[in-house]
Parts: sequence; C-alpha cells; structure tokens
Amino acid sequence: MSEFTSGFWDYYIGVLTVVSMLACAVLLKMQSSRKVASDPDKTPHVWDEDLQEFNNPLPAWWIMMFYLTIVFSLVYLVFYPGLGSWKGQLNWSSSGQYTEEVKKAEAEVAPLYEKFAKLDLAQLAADPQAKALGQRLFLNYCAQCHSSDGGGSKGFPNLTDKDWLYGGDEAAIKATILNGRNGIMPPFGPALGAEGAKDVANYVRSLSGLAADTLRVTRGKDVFTANCVACHGADGKGNQQLGAPNLTDQTWLYGSLEPVIIETVVKGRNNAMPAHKDFLGEARVHVLAGYVHGLSNTGGAAPPRPGGQAAAK
Amino acid sequence: MSGGVKPVHFDRNAVPGGKGGEVEESLYEVRRKIYSRAVTGWFAGWRMSLVILTQLAFYGTAWLQWNGRQAVLFDLVGRKFYIFGLVLWPQDFIYLTALLVMSALSLFLFTAIAGRLWCGYACPQTVYTELFMWIERKVEGDRQARMRLDQAAASPRKVMLKATKHALWVALALWTGFTFVGYFSPIRELAGGIARFGLGPWETFWLLFYSFATYGNAGWMREQVCKYMCPYARFQSAMFDPDTMIITYDAQRGEQRGSRSRSADAHSLGLGDCVDCGICVQVCPTGIDIRNGLQYECIGCAACIDACDQVMTKMKYPTGLIRYSTENAIKNRWDGARILRRMFRPRVLVYTSILVLVVVATTAALMMRVPLKVDVIRDRASLARDIGEGRIENIYRLQIMNTTEHPMRVEVSVSGHEALRDLKVRSERESFEGERDSHGRSGVQTLTVPPVSTTMVPVRLRAEPGQDAGRSQHIHFLVRGTPDDGAGNTFESREQSSFLIPSR
Repeated sequence: MSEFTSGFWDYYIGVLTVVSMLACAVLLKMQSSRKVASDPDKTPHVWDEDLQEFNNPLPAWWIMMFYLTIVFSLVYLVFYPGLGSWKGQLNWSSSGQYTEEVKKAEAEVAPLYEKFAKLDLAQLAADPQAKALGQRLFLNYCAQCHSSDGGGSKGFPNLTDKDWLYGGDEAAIKATILNGRNGIMPPFGPALGAEGAKDVANYVRSLSGLAADTLRVTRGKDVFTANCVACHGADGKGNQQLGAPNLTDQTWLYGSLEPVIIETVVKGRNNAMPAHKDFLGEARVHVLAGYVHGLSNTGGAAPPRPGGQAAAK
Repeated sequence: MSGGVKPVHFDRNAVPGGKGGEVEESLYEVRRKIYSRAVTGWFAGWRMSLVILTQLAFYGTAWLQWNGRQAVLFDLVGRKFYIFGLVLWPQDFIYLTALLVMSALSLFLFTAIAGRLWCGYACPQTVYTELFMWIERKVEGDRQARMRLDQAAASPRKVMLKATKHALWVALALWTGFTFVGYFSPIRELAGGIARFGLGPWETFWLLFYSFATYGNAGWMREQVCKYMCPYARFQSAMFDPDTMIITYDAQRGEQRGSRSRSADAHSLGLGDCVDCGICVQVCPTGIDIRNGLQYECIGCAACIDACDQVMTKMKYPTGLIRYSTENAIKNRWDGARILRRMFRPRVLVYTSILVLVVVATTAALMMRVPLKVDVIRDRASLARDIGEGRIENIYRLQIMNTTEHPMRVEVSVSGHEALRDLKVRSERESFEGERDSHGRSGVQTLTVPPVSTTMVPVRLRAEPGQDAGRSQHIHFLVRGTPDDGAGNTFESREQSSFLIPSR
C-alpha cells in the first residue's frame, strides 16, 4: 500500500489535472478554424450529387463559453480541494458541510424541544404535537424491536401494558432509553439438571395459574427457593431493581409454554436494550419517553397544563 | 428537406487567395445583429392573438384563487401540485408523464401537418422576443430608425433611448420572473415578501435567474436560441415530409426576379412576379432569404408571407408568391384541395389516433382517480406475535393518504381466508376513535384523516388460525373513505398483504 500513500501521487494528480485543462484550451484553439481550398468552385466534399459540406459558423460567444469553463475550473481548484492534497482556499469538506447542516437543523428544532422539556410525561402524552413527534421517533428508533404499535415481540417487552420490567415512572423510562438495559438470566442447566429444570418450570407455570404437574410443582418450589428467589423474590413477583420479571402474571417475555420456560431456565437469557443517550440526546429522549408513557396510560382527561404554555400549535 | 436546399453560407468568411491554394477559415463568427422590420397581416394577427392569449394566461392564472388558496400552485416543498380542484401528489406523477406524451405527440402531429407551427406562434422564445421587439420598436422606431441609431455616434438622445428600452425590458423580465416563481411559491405572499424585502434565498435566486433568462434570451439572444441551442428546432426538421405545409417561395412564379415599374408588363420584360424588393428578408426574424428554399433557420413565423402579400397587392399581382404550401404541391402545381387531401396521410392519421387515445385514457384516469391512497407496510422485525390461547397478532403500518381538501372519515376493515377465524382489526390505539360494527364487519376501526395529508396508523390484526391455515395467508385491508364535503361520496381502496403464522 505504500505506493498509494506516497506524496508523489498528489503531485501526479495535480499536474495531470492542470495539464489536461490547458490541453483542452489548446485543442479548442486548434479546432476553431480549418484550412479550405481558396477556390470557391472547389468544394472538397460532395455526396449524393448535390449534398455539400459548408461552413455554418457557430457564434463567437459559444466558444468563449468553453474557455470560460476552463477559467472557472482553474478558479474552482484554487478555492476547493481537487489538486492532489491541496485543501483549497475555503478549506471546504463534505464532512464539514454535513456537521454545519446538522448544527443548523439542531438549532432550528431546539426551541420545540425546549418547550417540551418543561412538561412531564403525562402532559407530553396528552400534547398532540409531542405525540406526533414521539411517534415518529418511536417508529424510527424503537419499532424495529418493539413493533410499530409498541406491542413488542418474543424477547422484546410489550410497552402498551402496565407491566414494567424496570419500572414505568418518568425516571425509570428515561433511564432505560438513555442508558440502555442489560437483563441477564444466568443458565441453570448444569446446576439443576434436566429433571430439576422441568420441576421448576412447572412451579413457575403454577405461579400464574397455568396447568402444571402437582408433584413437580412441589419439588420445583424447593428448587425455586434454592436458586431463583435472589432475583425473582420469594413470592416470584420479580424485582424492578434488577429487571427480574414478575412470574406470577400473564405477561411472558419469551412464552409461557413448558418447553420455552425450560429453555429459559437451562440456557439462561441475555436481553439487551441499547443506550440512546449519545445517539438521540436528552431532549429527544424526553419526548420519546412521553410517547412510551402514553402507550400504556391511555384514556382519562388530559392533565391541566401549566399556564397553557403548551397550547396545541 | 431534399431538393430545396441551396448553399446559403457559402464560404462566407473565406478570404480569397491564390487559385488552388488554401486559406484559413474560422469556424466561429461574430453574430450580425438582425433588424427585423415590423409586419402586419393575417399571420401577424394570429401570432399577436396567441401572444396575448398565452401571456394573459401566464400572468393572470397565478392570481386566481380557489378554495381559499392559489388556484394553480406547484408546491415543491409540500410535494403537492394544486390545479384548481385537483390536488396531485408525487404518486400521481404518471399524469405528468401523460402530459409530456401528449405534448410530444401534438408537436409531431402539428409539425407533420404544417411545419414549425409551435416555433412560429406559441413558443415562449418567439412570444417573448415578439414582446421585446414590440418595446424596442415603440422606443427606437422601426428597422431603418434602429439601424441609424446603432450607427450614430453616442449622443444624449441615443443614451436616453437605449436606457429607456433596457429599463422597460428589465421591468417586463422581472415581472415575468416574479410570475414564474409565483407558481411555485404563493404569489400573494411573494408580492408581500418583495414589498418587505423579505424573500427567501431561493425565491430571490429563481426570480432573478428567470428574469435574467427572459431578458437575455428575448432581448439579446433571440434567433440564436433557435439556431444554436434549441433541440426541437432541429428535430422538427426531421419530421417534415414532401406533403408537409411549409412556408415556400414559388420560384416558378417568381423568377426571373427583378425590379420594374408598377405599370410595366412583366411578361414582356421576361420577369416573374418577384419584384426583388427584399421585404421578405427585412422582416425575417432569423435573417434568412426564404427565396433560397427551406432552411433550418426558418421558424415558420410567416412574416415573409404577410410582407410579400402586401407588396403583391400594391403591385396588383395575385397574393401568395410566398405561401404555405408543400414540396409536392409546388413541384406538381397542386391546388388547395389536393394539398388538403394529402393531409390525411397515414403518418398524420397514426399521430392523431395515438394522441386521441392518450388524451381519452388520461382524462378517464383522472376522472376515476380515487382521492384516497393506502400503503400497507408490514412490521419486518417482529413477524408474528403469539398472544396465547391459539391467537396470533400481526402488526402493520397503514399509510392513509387523503388527497381531498376536506377531512376524510376513514374505516379500516380486513378480510381473509376462512381458515383465519375471527380475523379482526384490533387497535386500542388512540389514533382510532373506537370500534364500530355498522356494516356487519367485525373489528371495523374508524379515524379521521385531515385534508391533504397523510396519517400513519399502526394496526394490529388478531386471528385464531385453524389447523388448515398454513404459514402465510393472503389478507386484504379494505379502507373506505368519506370526505366531509357534503357530497357523500365514498371511496374504497383494497390493499393486499399477508398474515404470518408462526410454527406450532
């Protein structure tokens, strides 16, 4: 690769560019006139009896435009990059222009997000403009895993119910989006063995009132007490500090069938929600959190707005 | 094009040298300014009427109002074209294609029948050149006066006249640029913006750009646009055939040309009808001599016909020494009826029938256009959701577009194979106003889409697939929209999608 990083190639390209442009000018000059027989009776080219070649000259300004494009290119190359490693007088770059435009766009939307930053999540969920904005953010960044309707799918929590892994208050929702979450259930296969896993699975099913083998439930309760209560609690109601799911309700992240639960117990689960702090920023996350809050807290009158400052616009 | 071509620019710039030697000949030349003489007559009247008609339409339409908005507005930022009652979306781009097809076919048709009619009477280049020349004539006088003025040394009068002319040209050009931009940015707000010096950068740019183009093309470039720049000028020539009506000098009748007194008997002098007055050359806006036959510079404006007819009338000769005729007619001395019969030749009939077909099809398509468009987008990541008790949910996004200018009440329902038992649109989302069962369909959801806008709704479909349902089932969303315009029309859009069932 060293031959491509050598400074020689910068000069090579630069010289080639300039020489080519000057050669264009020389070519134009050469092609602006031609030699013809001075005797008008002797026309050089005749086809099909009477079809002759004549000179229908183009206007002079036409060729001047060609020369002007050459002048333009030379001036351009002084101000913009194009000659090897020459950065140009204006020091322009595409990434620089992109950064500028992003900065400008951010400044444009900043007042809107400032207005929303003053509202709490319930007020945001009731504000049509914030809701529309939140929905677009949700569809762009969240719907891939949580579905367009926020209903989730296997392994991705449903956001439209009142059941929260890490809590559904403002701080918890925002912390989840900003910093992400990593919910880990360690694999218990080696510790419990096949029978132990089956027993505990039956016990877990019995916690939410699903059909289960009574004998296995009794044995499974002991297994549960010995291995699971640290995270899921003695009553199986989970722990929002750890993101350990409540096992006594009808909400199942991976599925309620016995084989699925056994798989969870034996192999464990590793569930990751990526952090969006650097990516979206606090202001957008606030609006997004309002939208997510609204998904499960529908109905009821909109809460009064402080001083009407967020009047629908 | 064969036969009538004669050398026009024969070695114009060649410097005579020694016999048999070679000389350098420039392939570029400085343009010689054309001072075309004013002309009146039948065809000039037609051109003037078309100038007035097209310009009234162009300058006037922008100011018309419709439904409390500009009647004709091409809102590029909002991606909506408003044409009176019609609102076209990017999805309706096919109509623009149809319009272009119609324009092209019309050009073919008219060119095959009577040559460059478009160039001579309706092309903006001709129309604005005509307007600018009219100003020029009012300020500087006719051909002779203008030539004298240009040759005269600088004087206060000359400066005054030139300044007046250019000021008027610039004013007309600016108004044209303003009107043009007014079709893309509401013209009333644009006018206000100018009054407050508050135009946006692009509005300013396009206003000045279009004004400059008008001023430059109609004031300075004129016939050069047609000669050197316009592609239509050239390819129309390729559509001529020996039965195409073109502006023709009747050489058989005109030659031997020569001046004579009005009382002299031309025949005894051995002269034809052409008195060689040169008026036809003086009035020509492209500076050619039509007596040399058909030339690529001829834009078919018929100014030479009007001018020659006046001379012929003065000489008490029959008019029509220069006239619309065809190559065949001149060669074979055909009369008008014969020329007319030749007009219905296969080429013309084919152009006409295709054109009629396209016009009818486009009109029908526009009349039957449904102002409700629906796109169904399946969620791609989570294909299906098992919600227990044998029930499956699939998630879709419906993009519902209301192209009318009234709020539209929209009902969404779904139909599918009977293996999908209890198939329902389920959406507890607040976008929908609730469930309704007025049409005997289960799970009908209604919502209101604001005028000229798009609403995106996530939709859940819930079903209980039977054992015979397979892995994937075709389903149809039926979207019925009723615009709140008092007419009570209901539009329907049926979109296919699929319902996926995970393995059990």
